[in-house]
Parts: sequence; C-alpha cells; structure tokens
Amino acid sequence: MEQYIPLFLTKYNYWVYIALMMIGLWAMIAKNNLVKKIVGMNIFQTAIILFYVSIGAKYGGTIPIIQHGSGHGHEAAVRAADYINPLPHVLMLTAIVVSVATLGVALALVIKIHRRHRTLEEDEILEQLRES
Amino acid sequence: MKALALAIVVLVGGLLISATVDFPDWGDPASPAALHVSPRYIEKSMEETSVPNIVTSVLADYRGFDTMFETTVVFTAGVACFLLLRRREPRPGPSRVYRHRASGVIVEMSQAPDTEPAPEVFKRIDDDWTPHDLIVMNVCRLLIPFIQLFGLYVIAHGHHSPGGGFQGGVILGASVILLALSWDLRTASLRMKEVATGLMSAIGVFIYAGVGALALAMGGNFLDYAALAPILRVDPVAARSLGIFFVEVGVGLAVMATMVLIYKNLASEGRLDQGL
Repeated sequence: MEQYIPLFLTKYNYWVYIALMMIGLWAMIAKNNLVKKIVGMNIFQTAIILFYVSIGAKYGGTIPIIQHGSGHGHEAAVRAADYINPLPHVLMLTAIVVSVATLGVALALVIKIHRRHRTLEEDEILEQLRES
Repeated sequence: MKALALAIVVLVGGLLISATVDFPDWGDPASPAALHVSPRYIEKSMEETSVPNIVTSVLADYRGFDTMFETTVVFTAGVACFLLLRRREPRPGPSRVYRHRASGVIVEMSQAPDTEPAPEVFKRIDDDWTPHDLIVMNVCRLLIPFIQLFGLYVIAHGHHSPGGGFQGGVILGASVILLALSWDLRTASLRMKEVATGLMSAIGVFIYAGVGALALAMGGNFLDYAALAPILRVDPVAARSLGIFFVEVGVGLAVMATMVLIYKNLASEGRLDQGL
C-alpha cells in the first residue's frame, strides 16, 4: 500500500481525466437518446482538452507570455523552464472552437432526424427504419 | 447491451489507468512534451516575431498552416448547419402574432398582412411563450456594446495578453446571440443579416488565406509574414507581428459569423423567423 501513495499523488490528474472520458464513452455507447449521446461526446472532448492542458504544466512555470524586460533586445534571456509549455494550449484553443462547431453540426443533424422520425430515441428510430 | 457497454468502458478505463504508470508526473519540467520543440518556441518567440504571448505566435505563425485549416473547419461547420437546416416554407400555425402594446391583447393572424402594423402600436412577438421582459431587454441592450468592445480588445490585444481571434470571435458571436435571446431572433437578424453572416465567415477565411498567398506573391513561403515587410514598410520581425494580427482578424470574423449562423439555424429550425 505504501508504494501506491506517491504514484497516486503524481498521477491522479490522469485518473480524473480517464474517469471523465469513461463517463463520456458510457454515454455515447449505452444511452438511447441522441442528445444524451452528444452530451457524452462533449464530456469526452472536455476530458481530452484537460489532459492536453495538464501535459503543458510545469512546476515553477508561469503562463506562456514573456514578461516585459526579457527577450529580444533586453539583457535577461528567456529561460524555457520559467514558462509552461505553450503547445498544448495552442492545440486545445483550436480544439475548443472546433468542438463547438462540431456540436452545432451534430445538433443540426439531430433536428433533421427529429423532423423525419418525430423522436430522438435510438430504438424507436431503428424500428421505424425496419418497418419502412 | 448495457452490460456489454459497461464491460467495454471498464476495460478501456483499466487499460488507460494501467498505462498512466509510464506517464510523466504532474508538473514535471523534464517531461518529454516540454523538451522537444516547446523550448525553441519559448526562447525564440520574442526574437523572431516580437510577440510576447507565445500561444499567439505559435498559433498564427509557427503553426499558421494548421490554424488556417482549423478556421476552414469552423467555416465548413457553419455551411453544413446552413445546408442541413435552412428552409424557406413558412411554419404551420399562426403566421404572425402581435401584441397590442397599450392593452397587452395578443392578435394572431393566419396569413402575413399586406402592410405591417405600426411597430409602436403592435409589437410582433413569437407564437409561443413571450413574456414582458423589460429588465432583461434593457440590461442586455446596455451590456451588448461593452461586450462587443471587449471582444474587439481581446482580438487586438492577443499579442500581449491571453486572447486572439478565436476567443474574441466567440465573444463577439455571443454578444449577437445574447441579443437574439434577450430581444428576439428578428431583432438580431436585423442587426446581422443572414447574408452578412455567410459573407463574413467566408471573408474571414479569405483574409487568412489571402495574407498567406500575399506572402507567397512577395517571394516568401506561404504564410511567411516576414515577406510582407516591403509592403508594410517595417522590418521583418515587426512584419511577422503585424501579419499575425491580420490573420487573427480573419479568424475573429470567421468564428463570430459562424457562431451566429449556427445559432440562428438551430434556434429557429432553419426558418430564421422566430426562435429561443
């Protein structure tokens, strides 16, 4: 038991994202309602976004904006260890906007499905498709 | 079905948790992700682009090609929503609903009248629940200009503080959506017409790709803003900073217009006459 405590303290952030991700995966597989599936997809995306942002974290690092008085034309050089990794932030910045856009398209498809079948329950839609 | 789903979820979760044993520790400065390319970005960003916000310089300069296609994805999503939902035929039920402002009497008309009644006497309302919401309407009317000003600030100040085209574009789009929520969809459509949303999202992508193509025409690589220095009459480092600003404006336009386009089509089921 003793040896698991440092493991938990250094890795528990990943476990939180995995728990979130599994909630989303469960909703996408097991839920019958299409809107709930979309909510599950969004929880899944949020878990991945949190995972990426946490990879960029550094102890002793500040936000990736160079402080005034260092860098180009100044005495103090920029040290990489002083700033957290900007790359995951860039990737997730665009991923958040793209996830909003995909959410919009998913909801548009759901409205189309509701217009044709008058229901959003997956089993009822499948039944209607089999009958026709 | 549920048992199978639970088995899959537990199996995948267990595999992922067992894999985290090999992952770098939380906040480890020597983790592989922090050692590969990011030190170069952190150390050279100020020198090469004179942009203190490294996220902005990586987004629009070092990885500008990637961001251009992210903008295209947002534009495509807006077009997809439009093509899926937009329809021209009127909705069933009463065609027009008006409220007499003085007495509160609600008038339903089965057909659109030939001449609109005077808006200061009869106010057109949605055919479902439309309360008198004086406080919400006026608070939002006062707030929306400041929200839009803040959105412009976030776009323009993205070089020096957290912000940029994506964030500012979303704030601007949210301000128009707030107008549609607090007043009604018709008021928001008068302020920002459907043609304007479509055109602006296309123009945003065009600005981004156009700045890249201009750099190509000036003899540099695609999206190499330093090649724009002779046009802008500044040194190449400042040209990079300005080039980042131009593409951020394009991103902001595209994101704002796409947010509004998606919202309008979703809220009114593609009819754009009334909605949430």
